[in-house]
Amino acid sequence: MEYVVGGLQAVLALALAPLVAGFVRWLKARLQNRRGAPPWQPYFELRKLFAKEVIVSGQASWLFRCAPYVVFASTLAAAFLVPFILVPGPMDGVGDLLALVYLLVLATFFLALAGLDPGTAFGGMGSSREMTVAAIAEPTIALAIFSLALGAGSTNLGRIVTQALGNPAAAISPGHLLAFAALLIVALAETGRLPVDNPATHLELTMIHEAMVLEYSGRYLALIEWAASLKLTIFLTLLANLFAPWGLATEVAPGALAVAVVSLALKLGLLGLVIAGLETRVAKLRLFRVPELLGVSFVLALLAVTSSFLLR
Amino acid sequence: MTVSFLIAMAASYGVGALSALAGARGRFGRGLVAFAAAAGAAAGLALGLTALVSRAPLALSLPGLLPVGGGLALRVDPLGAFFLVVIGFGAIPAAIYGASYSAAYEDRPASLRLLGLMFHLFLLTMSLVPLADNVLTFLVMWEGMSLTSYFLVMTDAGEERARNAGLWYAGMTHVGLLLLASALLLLSGGTGAGAFADLRERAAGLGPGIRDVVFILAFLGFGSKAGIVPLHVWLPRAHPAAPSHVSALMSGVMIKMGIYGILRVALDLMGGGPAWWGGLVLGVGVVSALLGVLYALMEHDLKRLLAFHSVENVGIILIGTGAGLMFHHYGLASLAALGLIGGLYHVLNHASFKGLLFLGAGSVLHAAGTRDMERMGGLIKRMPWTGAFFLVGAMAISALPPLNGFVSEWLVFQALLGGVAVPVPEVAIVMPVAVAALALTSGLAAACFVKAFGIAFLALPRSPEAERAHESPFSMRLAMGLLALACVALGVAPFAVVPLLSAAVAALAGLPDTRAELAAGLSLQAPAAFGRMSPALMALGLALLVGAIPLALRVLRLASRPRPGDAWGCGRVGQTARMEYTATAFAEPLSRVFAEIYRPMRQLSVDFHPGSRYFVQSIEYRSGVTPWFEQFLYRPFLQSATFVAERVRRLQAGSLHLYLLYMAAVLALLLILARWL
Repeated sequence: MEYVVGGLQAVLALALAPLVAGFVRWLKARLQNRRGAPPWQPYFELRKLFAKEVIVSGQASWLFRCAPYVVFASTLAAAFLVPFILVPGPMDGVGDLLALVYLLVLATFFLALAGLDPGTAFGGMGSSREMTVAAIAEPTIALAIFSLALGAGSTNLGRIVTQALGNPAAAISPGHLLAFAALLIVALAETGRLPVDNPATHLELTMIHEAMVLEYSGRYLALIEWAASLKLTIFLTLLANLFAPWGLATEVAPGALAVAVVSLALKLGLLGLVIAGLETRVAKLRLFRVPELLGVSFVLALLAVTSSFLLR
Repeated sequence: MTVSFLIAMAASYGVGALSALAGARGRFGRGLVAFAAAAGAAAGLALGLTALVSRAPLALSLPGLLPVGGGLALRVDPLGAFFLVVIGFGAIPAAIYGASYSAAYEDRPASLRLLGLMFHLFLLTMSLVPLADNVLTFLVMWEGMSLTSYFLVMTDAGEERARNAGLWYAGMTHVGLLLLASALLLLSGGTGAGAFADLRERAAGLGPGIRDVVFILAFLGFGSKAGIVPLHVWLPRAHPAAPSHVSALMSGVMIKMGIYGILRVALDLMGGGPAWWGGLVLGVGVVSALLGVLYALMEHDLKRLLAFHSVENVGIILIGTGAGLMFHHYGLASLAALGLIGGLYHVLNHASFKGLLFLGAGSVLHAAGTRDMERMGGLIKRMPWTGAFFLVGAMAISALPPLNGFVSEWLVFQALLGGVAVPVPEVAIVMPVAVAALALTSGLAAACFVKAFGIAFLALPRSPEAERAHESPFSMRLAMGLLALACVALGVAPFAVVPLLSAAVAALAGLPDTRAELAAGLSLQAPAAFGRMSPALMALGLALLVGAIPLALRVLRLASRPRPGDAWGCGRVGQTARMEYTATAFAEPLSRVFAEIYRPMRQLSVDFHPGSRYFVQSIEYRSGVTPWFEQFLYRPFLQSATFVAERVRRLQAGSLHLYLLYMAAVLALLLILARWL
């Protein structure tokens, strides 16, 4: 039963991921005094893309056609490790937080290669920038993991969450708050949000993610967009459930699961509001200012580790 | 049983060396030489594996072969057996690959003969390094390994670059030998009895000052072979200069003998030391890992790029090893074992993926005739097998699951995370920095291999040579395929490998056997219940998902055939290779971010039309990275050495009488000194 629920929560996350992305988009539009498309707009877009014909550049190799599947599969595999509504997840023994991060790197790696494959200038530019941002975000992620692991004595997500559930006071310790701030900045960078990347434009000189996937169309693009929204959902859920795990179901019981779903929705909504608010308030940074931002997040993470070590 | 493996190994290498010396040429000759090498390596591998599994050390003494210093003494203990396994594991594919690859030297019989002879002697001496059981045997084999590999670097002695590389290599390796010899002689105390068993006994009674000096000398000596920063300068020169299957061996296997030496001296002979030994190893590991990958990013010569990645990977190995040494001092035995096992796992992994990548680079060189990535491109279509294998290697070295690099990095990460158990806060607080550095290293490595694979194999060919590239012959593909398979197997089945590594580590300085603790069923488990992960299940899940998605799309009738079209060129029709991103452009953002380290130099010269400055006739742009290690560290040293040599040269006047006078003067001086002291 646990395995069924554990597997279902990842599938559920996959199904809801477009809604999360659409919701942030809708909130942003509202905050900017626009009406905006409804939150469920991404579902229509996905359906349209899946039905469309695929056009592939004649220069591209097999890698270009495989990459969307690998990207989608590894992001989904990462989702299987995330405690969306149930802890300790049955997949806890399969992979820990480090494995999750590296699965996401696997997706980035293939996407960047696919960007280079058709041999256009935009694709290469996007790949180069994406890998730059991903590489310098990595130390912060590792340190945030370190500080979480310090508190829980484990890198496994289930243990981190159960530990936090058992000791609610730890959630507002300085170490946790600093790590949250650090991971939030990294989440913005990793999921291609403002101020690092702008998900709304296709302006060649500023974009990162969109430049990389410019050559994709049809179902390939649908898979990539879907995986991107799933990645956003994963990061938001990690921010929500690792730092404020309340409401998560600890056993497979209909009541507890219902509470967990509602609390997850509330937390995601709140985080969506934070991101939409941020995205209306800040302008996109120049590419070469991004390392400074990530440097800030690195220092935050380092402080997080130090304080959670000293206050242990 | 084990002795017969040893004899088989030596005999195979001997036969190979002799047949190469006799001038074995042609398909059959090259095949014979390669077969002898592969057979010898297989015997070595079998010897190592039996010793690892049975865990019974095998001692063998042949005093007659070396009449001084205790003779030729060999002993196969678990640590040495593991490194023997690594050598065999790396040498078999290299030998197979060499069968076809050395065909390029057919028209130069002298080079081919030298290559075959030195290849076998190199393998033989290198295999005996981890088996040596006294100081003399060790030093002789070590020097044999260095000298034979020097000749291998010089295979293309006609090229200026190869000669330059050989000079740097010979210089660095002999400085290293000097340091090693002094360390080991200091340890043996000049008693002449250099058996390792005696050394162990003596080391226990030595004062801390002497022990520190021995450790520093040994670390620098072995480090120069392993390629730690700043002693790495020979590596990016020598590895590209050698023939590719030799580069694979030198980079994948030989530099690991440095790791072996550090473990042997620090943990086995001296039984561990103060915490700062581990700290030093860890710190040097961090610096090597970061600088190695940063310099690799700026490199556009495929083989030099790979050589810099060896510096990076040795850094990762040393991070694990250093953490292990440190934990050993604090009595955290199972964490120490975890760090060392992580390091040794990375040794094995690096031998597989770096071997694979160097062989892949060799195939590219063979097909396109260039090592310059800016002249490659589109090779994946012309060399599909090499492309696929190279991709596996690139993924493995970038530590992507479910391949092998990920497993060893995970183990090292877990060891570092365990560092908070260290009772000293100053030390425990250093661990996060190492964690961050390791994470940055692996992120940059992924970026670098997106560049390497993407620029070399994807997109359009950037030169006519790349356009005409062709797939390599069967034996070269076979060798790469074997290593690619090893990358997958080592990544998916660590539960089978970790017990062997645990055996290699368990014998060292009272460390426990942690195999039951570490490998539980299909998963890996870090001690003290830290982390848990199962690469096998992850791989299975990934494979299922990658297979299921296209299948689902087909069932849903959403999998229409893609229609070929043009790439988007801003409305411009017709795509050329000049529109592609280059390797330089790809690395540009990172070169700006890390400008402090690279100190990039740019030169832009623009020629204007004499009539008007608005008409540009030509633009020339040069960019590069300042090699400041060489400028600020090596150049002053070399300049002063030259200065001294110039002065000393005056002593040599060519007059016999003068020389006799020198002798008499020195004799008198020595007599006075002896009297005085």
